[in-house]
Amino acid sequence: MSVLTMKNVKKSFGDVEVLRDISLTVEHGQVLAIIGPSGSGKSTLLRCATLLTEMTDGSLYYLDQPAAESRDGKALYAGKEQLKKLRSVFGLVFQNFNLFPHYSVLKNLTDAQISVLGRSKDQAEEKAHALLKKMGLDDKADAYPFQLSGGQQQRVAIARALAMDPQILFFDEPTSALDPELTGEVLKIIRELAHEDMTMVIVTHEMAFARDVAEHVVFMDGGVIVEQGPPEQVFGNPQQARTRQFLQRYSQA
Amino acid sequence: MTIQTMVTLLCEGFLTTLAIFMLTLVGSLPLGLLVYFGKKSRFAPLRWVVNVYISIMRGTPLILQLMVVYFGPNLLFGLTPPSNWRFLAVIVGFIINYAAYFAEIYRGGIESIPVGQYEAAEVLGYTKSQTFVKIILPQMVKRVMPSVTNEVITLVKDTSLAYVIGVVEMFTRAKQIAVAPDSPGMLAFVVAGVIYYVFNFIVTVIMDQVEKKLSYYQ
Repeated sequence: MSVLTMKNVKKSFGDVEVLRDISLTVEHGQVLAIIGPSGSGKSTLLRCATLLTEMTDGSLYYLDQPAAESRDGKALYAGKEQLKKLRSVFGLVFQNFNLFPHYSVLKNLTDAQISVLGRSKDQAEEKAHALLKKMGLDDKADAYPFQLSGGQQQRVAIARALAMDPQILFFDEPTSALDPELTGEVLKIIRELAHEDMTMVIVTHEMAFARDVAEHVVFMDGGVIVEQGPPEQVFGNPQQARTRQFLQRYSQA
Repeated sequence: MTIQTMVTLLCEGFLTTLAIFMLTLVGSLPLGLLVYFGKKSRFAPLRWVVNVYISIMRGTPLILQLMVVYFGPNLLFGLTPPSNWRFLAVIVGFIINYAAYFAEIYRGGIESIPVGQYEAAEVLGYTKSQTFVKIILPQMVKRVMPSVTNEVITLVKDTSLAYVIGVVEMFTRAKQIAVAPDSPGMLAFVVAGVIYYVFNFIVTVIMDQVEKKLSYYQ
């Protein structure tokens, strides 16, 4: 059983086709990295997967249960209850963290556990403290997001997502808003999660990191998957000219 | 008329001013939120009605609105209003006027909240109403405080418009004193002005405190 299956996903904004027939599967424990130039549709794909953007056409399954299925050239979405259930399967870490500024770090981690999952306050706080410890932030439980560095905020955001016990975690360019020093501390956490066999889909511009942490790399351009495979192949021996061109530009920069 | 009598009379009038002020806030602050919801409703006729209402409230003088509320039921519909209608009409008039302004202030506050807040809440599984109550509303309150303070200060002074339908608040009282046979003349207006100013000074201090309380986050 795959955690995530996307089949023939298409997305247009007006006349602009952003995703043109994308299919991918993510298995339990797999780490998938999506790379590609800006405007290639990576983020849109992630937004479709996390139900923030509706697909124009295509199918989307979590644990083989449909969130949307293609019918007559249109994506037909499941009912509210089903989507609510499937939302609990995944978590998402945003580029801009999107922590709740009026909640303390602890409350950022506990509130959804309590009001969405129905956990007790004690249960939720225990979980939150354990996660903060793991993130190296156990002394920041009472701080507010604005008092933290970007790297710390992103680690809190990762902890907030993990607190909901997702079976798959999406990252949308998790280090793009961070300077190189802070990038390191966030990548370290993601690497640790990979070692624990957390299922993850990571949209990133950090090529070295993608090569290092991912088991499967997808290179996207112009709304299609140009090339995919194990990192050694995509980075070491790319088959497509477009991939080579893209990676070359990166190694030059 | 002694100064003391004059001040006592003005203070009596001030109690009515204070009542108009408090009742207006108690009514219009929450009503403004309902009006905002109406403006954002998926039901187009409701949106249309709310937009017309806001447009009239903001586009015509408050003094005229008070007159319409007071005289309207009788002149337009031939109804006999209750005996305390004079005071109620003032309260109703102020509440519906201020609610329109508050609705627009709330809208500004809510629309300034980054879309990422909604998305984060959605992905975490919050329902729409949980998202509004727990995530959006508290942040909105902080953002609108300076504008709300502005309105509240204006309201203190606007209460004097109640004179137009003969509610004896402080300004009406000052006018009565000024034309009394043994009147101290303009002094009544000067004292009333000082009381308005002091009251607004206190209001400002309180609102500053509230803003400070909300400054625990950015």
